[in-house]
Amino acid sequence: MGNVLVYVENSETGVAPIAFELLGAARRLAAGLGGEVEALVAAGATAELAPALGAADVILRMEHPALSPYLPEAHVAALTEAIRSRDPQVVLVGNTSAGIDVAAGAAAATQRPLVAYCTGLAVDGEAVVAHSQVYGGKLVATTRTEGPGVFTVVAGAFPGAEGQSGGKAAEATLAAPATLGSLHTRFIAATAPSGGIDIGRADRLVSVGRGIGGPENLELAQELAAALGAELGASRPVVDSGWLPKARQVGKSGMTVKPKLYVAVGISGAPEHLEGMREAELILAVNSDANAPIFEVAHFGSTCDLFDLLPALTERLQAS
Amino acid sequence: MSKVEPGRVREDEHLIVEGMDISGHWNRMFEQRVLWSHDTGPLEKLTAITGAESLAYCYQCGKCTSACPVDSVGSYSPRKIFRKVQTGTDLLTNPDLWLCTTCANCLRVCPKEVNMISIMPALREVAVTEANVPPELQKAFENTFQHGNPLGEPARKRADWVAEAGAPATILPRERRPVDVLFYVECYWSYHPRGRDAARAFARVMEKLGVDWGILGPEEKCSCDSQRLAGERGLFEMLAEQNIRTLAKYEFSRMVTSDPHAYNALRNEYPKLGAEYPIQHYTQFLAPLMGQLPWKRRLDYKVTFHDPCYLGRHNGEYDAPREMIRQIPGLQFTEMFRCKANGYCCGGGGGGMWLDSFTGNHVTERLSERRVREAVETGAEMLVVCCPYEVSRFEDAVKSTGNEGRLLVRDVIELVDEALR
Amino acid sequence: MHIAVVVKQVPDLVEELEVDAAGTGLDRAWVKMKLNEFDDHALEQAVLLKEAGGAQVSVVALDGEGIDQVLYAAVARGADRALKVDAGTQEPLDSRRAATALAGAIRDLGPDLVLTGVQAADDLFGQMAPFLAAELGWPHVSVVSQVEVAGAAVRVQQEYAGGRMATLEVDLPAVIGVQAAPQPPRYVPVSRLRQAMASGALETATAGAGAGTGGAAVTQLAKPEAGRGAEMLTGSPDQVAEKIEALLRERGLLRG
Repeated sequence: MGNVLVYVENSETGVAPIAFELLGAARRLAAGLGGEVEALVAAGATAELAPALGAADVILRMEHPALSPYLPEAHVAALTEAIRSRDPQVVLVGNTSAGIDVAAGAAAATQRPLVAYCTGLAVDGEAVVAHSQVYGGKLVATTRTEGPGVFTVVAGAFPGAEGQSGGKAAEATLAAPATLGSLHTRFIAATAPSGGIDIGRADRLVSVGRGIGGPENLELAQELAAALGAELGASRPVVDSGWLPKARQVGKSGMTVKPKLYVAVGISGAPEHLEGMREAELILAVNSDANAPIFEVAHFGSTCDLFDLLPALTERLQAS
Repeated sequence: MSKVEPGRVREDEHLIVEGMDISGHWNRMFEQRVLWSHDTGPLEKLTAITGAESLAYCYQCGKCTSACPVDSVGSYSPRKIFRKVQTGTDLLTNPDLWLCTTCANCLRVCPKEVNMISIMPALREVAVTEANVPPELQKAFENTFQHGNPLGEPARKRADWVAEAGAPATILPRERRPVDVLFYVECYWSYHPRGRDAARAFARVMEKLGVDWGILGPEEKCSCDSQRLAGERGLFEMLAEQNIRTLAKYEFSRMVTSDPHAYNALRNEYPKLGAEYPIQHYTQFLAPLMGQLPWKRRLDYKVTFHDPCYLGRHNGEYDAPREMIRQIPGLQFTEMFRCKANGYCCGGGGGGMWLDSFTGNHVTERLSERRVREAVETGAEMLVVCCPYEVSRFEDAVKSTGNEGRLLVRDVIELVDEALR
Repeated sequence: MHIAVVVKQVPDLVEELEVDAAGTGLDRAWVKMKLNEFDDHALEQAVLLKEAGGAQVSVVALDGEGIDQVLYAAVARGADRALKVDAGTQEPLDSRRAATALAGAIRDLGPDLVLTGVQAADDLFGQMAPFLAAELGWPHVSVVSQVEVAGAAVRVQQEYAGGRMATLEVDLPAVIGVQAAPQPPRYVPVSRLRQAMASGALETATAGAGAGTGGAAVTQLAKPEAGRGAEMLTGSPDQVAEKIEALLRERGLLRG
């Protein structure tokens, strides 16, 4: 009988949405394994966070001043401590920024295997079978983990609703590890997104990826955006190259958006990007590579050269 | 920068020269003056760079300005470059560094042999070394380094065009045997959709002629001449060395290439690295064989022809493509007013192929657009070209100048192929 | 300040990836490898730190096909030393085993700071930076977009979802997983690369020993299932534009 431990990511704004997706996934796994779902909520104060976690069977509360605001070193120690004391078969962590810090660190400290980028998880006999997006989403790896393991789960892979339901879970307190008193990492300050715009509020977005070629070609996308009454968004490589500000980035380390219309231009569709926009109501993708993963989530696609299609489309929209 | 002081006027009240009285205003003249008002440092810094020395020779006559294709769509020419540098512009960080297409029309008219074909690559090389490269050009460099072609296409797909040619092409690494002609396909005929059209037409024509020929397939890499002229000399040398090693593995008696830039590299640059090849542009190879072709139809098109800078001015070949056009049954040919030695430039040379967006911010229209207007003015319905850069450049320009439906762009090999079907 | 930058090659995603006959790995015969783009940013960050305040930069990689050129390119970019770690195999190791092998060499090297890319296209079994930190017993922060030296510590910008960021201070020695350098990686002219290659200044280092963590195994590697994807609009750009316009009109998404 194996239990499933969910690491509950949280911040001053509360429990992160990914935690509910994990709880939903955990419920199914626990059913298959004949075990329970335990939720680790580690923070400076957990009283206000715990009530949201009713989908778990047991809420493990760990409190220490070093756990809020988030510090990677502190949370690795917290999750490591929880794994050691509860010995779950499966540990689920979101494949978020914090997930990269925490999951790999705790897996190493507890000598457990880690499987990253999971979009599907199932129980097969005693083992856990996972599907993971690798090579920028171009391939899917299926893995089989016998015995205990840590899995990081891509945001959006599981519905959040199942993790939000549920009654009242039992609660237990976990003692914070002593190492939290002597950390080598300190929180200095939080920074809000800069740039003055909030693409998360836009109901139409035209997002550009590396396929746009260079900053001098952004005008093509800007003109299309203007003709659509849309904001301009971007994939990570475009922002990393300094062609557009960080505030316009869609995806894992940028904004999650749910506009009515999302036009992806020259975006191949790495999993990190897809998780930020896959819930848009209408997704239109333009990419010359017919095998680009963006076409997996798009509703409509074209492999036309964007340098031909964008001006043609802009002209049409301006005329109509 | 201080303002230039007017020269002091000198006038002798009483002056008799060789018995002639030129007193007063009759002998008025300005005192000789030296331009101290500008720092000569920037110019000296540039002309100290190996290859860029001749910039100092400019005496501002301005002949180049009327010859420079970029000046006709902007404010540019060697004379203007010299003047800007003389008055304090740091060319190494100025957009002007990247506008020259090394078309060589200025050199043709320059009495002082200010050689931009040497100056520009030398200066750009310094800029490249300082990592000051326009992003789109940098991408072309990176693609060439990583994949062996500036388009960033996989090397393994280099010979994929052969499959739909409807005529055989021997891919030498797969089918190792001596051939008469080694055809150096080059990147745009290998990968660009319109280039592939031409490559396939070429294969069909070669079959009709019964030529024994082969290609290097995935082992061929960019000859890299335009990257060299755009300032990446190290990249050129690296790929040249690789190509020379590859070519040494195969037996052939002559070489033919699609691309005037490759022709220029193999004819003039590779020998400097110790490798000489019997190289011809495909128009030079095919022109004498045109009489052997079994024509099937007349092509009643009114055509004009654009000379590639690197076939014409750089290597002196103006006749071979015209001879091909003359022999294709039915074509009515008109020259454009700028042709042959004074031919206009399509804007693709010297790295311009990978700087269109950058250049676009500094000119009133693209060179290819200007050239398309000139072609339309002749009354031609078809612009014939023989350089792989040009089909896509001119087809774009036909659209952007609103001439769609009025002017077609065809490689001369496509016309030969069409007349054989 | 001594900075070690850990780099690796990943398959170039421009190429089509084919699965091997066993159906569990890449068919490497045709795979073109390139420097992991996040490692590229880590290297740029290291060179920026060197330019800002002086530092020695050592670039470290596991030995393998094509790695020499990657290391020489790093030297051409500004690294002072380049170390090749021989793990006794030319086969690519998963990130967990690679971290064990590299940690031994890094311990011998004794840097103050280790920078590496936050992730890689093939790190199915976890990311390099946190594994290295665990092996070395050093503090670690990933998804970092800026690193500055602050005495015996570094101040880093960590990024979270929603564009939130925090500045954290980490005592040295530490391991940082770099998401992006403050500026894009600079161009390395081939002439400089060739100079670096001519210098032949690659060092070799010994790998650390350690057992991998068994338990998870790849049973299948495959292309994503088709059929749930986009409806493709075909035709000339003008025809596609017309179809898109009709689509937007139908859904009431045209402007105004």
